[in-house]
Amino acid sequence: MTPTVNTAAALALGDDALVLSHRLGEWAGHAPVLEEEVALANIALDLLGQARVLLSMAGDEDELAYLREERAFRNLQLVEQPNGDFAHTIARQLYFSTYQRLLYAQLASGDGDFAPLAAKAVKEVAYHQDHAEQWTLRLGDGTDVSHERMRQASEALWRFTGEMFQPIEGVDIDWDGMRAAWLDSVGSILRRATLPLPEGPQSGAWTAGAGRQGLHTEPFGRMLAEMQHLHRSHPGASW
Amino acid sequence: MGMTARQAGSPSTDDAPPEFQERFDETIARDQRIEPRDWMPEGYRKTLIRQVAQHAHSEIIGMQPEGEWITRAPSLRRKAILFAKVQDEAGHGLYLYSAAETLGADRADLTERLIEGRQKYSSIFNYPTLSFADVGVIGWFVDGAAICNQVPLCRSSYGPYARAMVRICKEESFHQRQGYELLMTMMRGTDAQREMVQDAVNRWWWPSLMMFGPPDDDSPNSAQSMAWKIKRHSNDELRRRFVDMTVPQAEKLGVTLPDPELRWNEERGRHDFGTPDWAELKRVITGDGPCNTDRVARRRAAHEEGAWVREAAAAHAAKQAARTDKGAAV
Repeated sequence: MTPTVNTAAALALGDDALVLSHRLGEWAGHAPVLEEEVALANIALDLLGQARVLLSMAGDEDELAYLREERAFRNLQLVEQPNGDFAHTIARQLYFSTYQRLLYAQLASGDGDFAPLAAKAVKEVAYHQDHAEQWTLRLGDGTDVSHERMRQASEALWRFTGEMFQPIEGVDIDWDGMRAAWLDSVGSILRRATLPLPEGPQSGAWTAGAGRQGLHTEPFGRMLAEMQHLHRSHPGASW
Repeated sequence: MGMTARQAGSPSTDDAPPEFQERFDETIARDQRIEPRDWMPEGYRKTLIRQVAQHAHSEIIGMQPEGEWITRAPSLRRKAILFAKVQDEAGHGLYLYSAAETLGADRADLTERLIEGRQKYSSIFNYPTLSFADVGVIGWFVDGAAICNQVPLCRSSYGPYARAMVRICKEESFHQRQGYELLMTMMRGTDAQREMVQDAVNRWWWPSLMMFGPPDDDSPNSAQSMAWKIKRHSNDELRRRFVDMTVPQAEKLGVTLPDPELRWNEERGRHDFGTPDWAELKRVITGDGPCNTDRVARRRAAHEEGAWVREAAAAHAAKQAARTDKGAAV
């Protein structure tokens, strides 16, 4: 472990990628069309790759993924939200990939510890955001049914988005600028998809920064139970 | 998304002029390739559509038994490997549906046939994955068997199928090595891990031998498929090759194969082995295996639950096209 690396920051970013990758893995064999089996697995693999690099900066990747309890995970509550229908998955992807793209673009242009990872990841997340954008347009500006589902999904996840702009210590970027850029980008995609920008609070008192402090929503514990079960059943085994 | 049946080459009626049939026979005799626009006997087209579609369906249904373990993979490295493998399988399904479409089949129609149980997929995917060792054994046995089957298909007489096989075989042999490597790692691990591996081997060995299909004297379509060079070797020949290839790998791994009759036959230079339970194979391929109902139900559910998404994509594409037309007219 390099002493210059900010471990807490690596965990926050690594946990985001790890948890979202896991959620996308739950789609395997369930996607609405074969091309999406390929695309969702592809995105999940990119995220898992990012998670492995980031967790390794903080310690042993498997120990961190499989042996921490829920309260020690630092991911955003957004990424732990269950997949829901395809629209919910796409709304979650749209919100998160836009965040990651802005974040990694800034990190890649700096010279901090995360710059090398960010330089590679920014290309991946640009693809992820494009994928989410295209599907937001298809669903929002598709049929009445898909429009309604996409509207509901974008509203349901809106309350988890404020947490993304709580500064992470050790991640040296312009957080206020990022919030403005995120709203601008997401707002313009939703508008083109004929969807309203959700109203309600982006960050209620409860969700603000909660995931980053290890306070998660209830579905997350079940997700970890499934993810960690086998590893924990065989202490010390290597795979 | 809107798939339309493609026009597939020249009409292939069997009352075509005799020189069509002669040219076809010559192409086959010379080991050259039949291409989508070439004339072909109706039976050849139908047999190929059936075989290629079943092969595609097998890739798609085959995502399920391994996909079961993505969310439980015990290390991040294994999780990444499993993700990549399941993704490759979806890709293989896509290549193969494309190959079937060059014969005039329609992917949406083939999907309907699969979820209505009118077309089959490989018998092996009707067995459940009960431990993580199953993931390794599927790589080793099932992908190994697939390679024995598919490497000769790289020389299949139908061009698009043969070319799909070249790409698929490269990826399959990679998966096979990864599966074997997982088992090797587990065998070097704890007693519990070694037991998991042996148990998985015991459960998957006979179903893997059955992947090659019924014995030659009970395989009605084989002779014609071999004459057309759609298939290059008989079921029993491929099964023997698989056994000869696998036995030394089992020894190296340190597991036993659950067949008391399995032994080296010096005289023949091959292994003798016991007879698979053909009655079980019959039950499994007619829908009465351990997971048939669940596999098809899951595929059907994914298809039905995804209908609104596919409809949205089609509606959006139509709107976009209308806007482009309007834009062009102005």
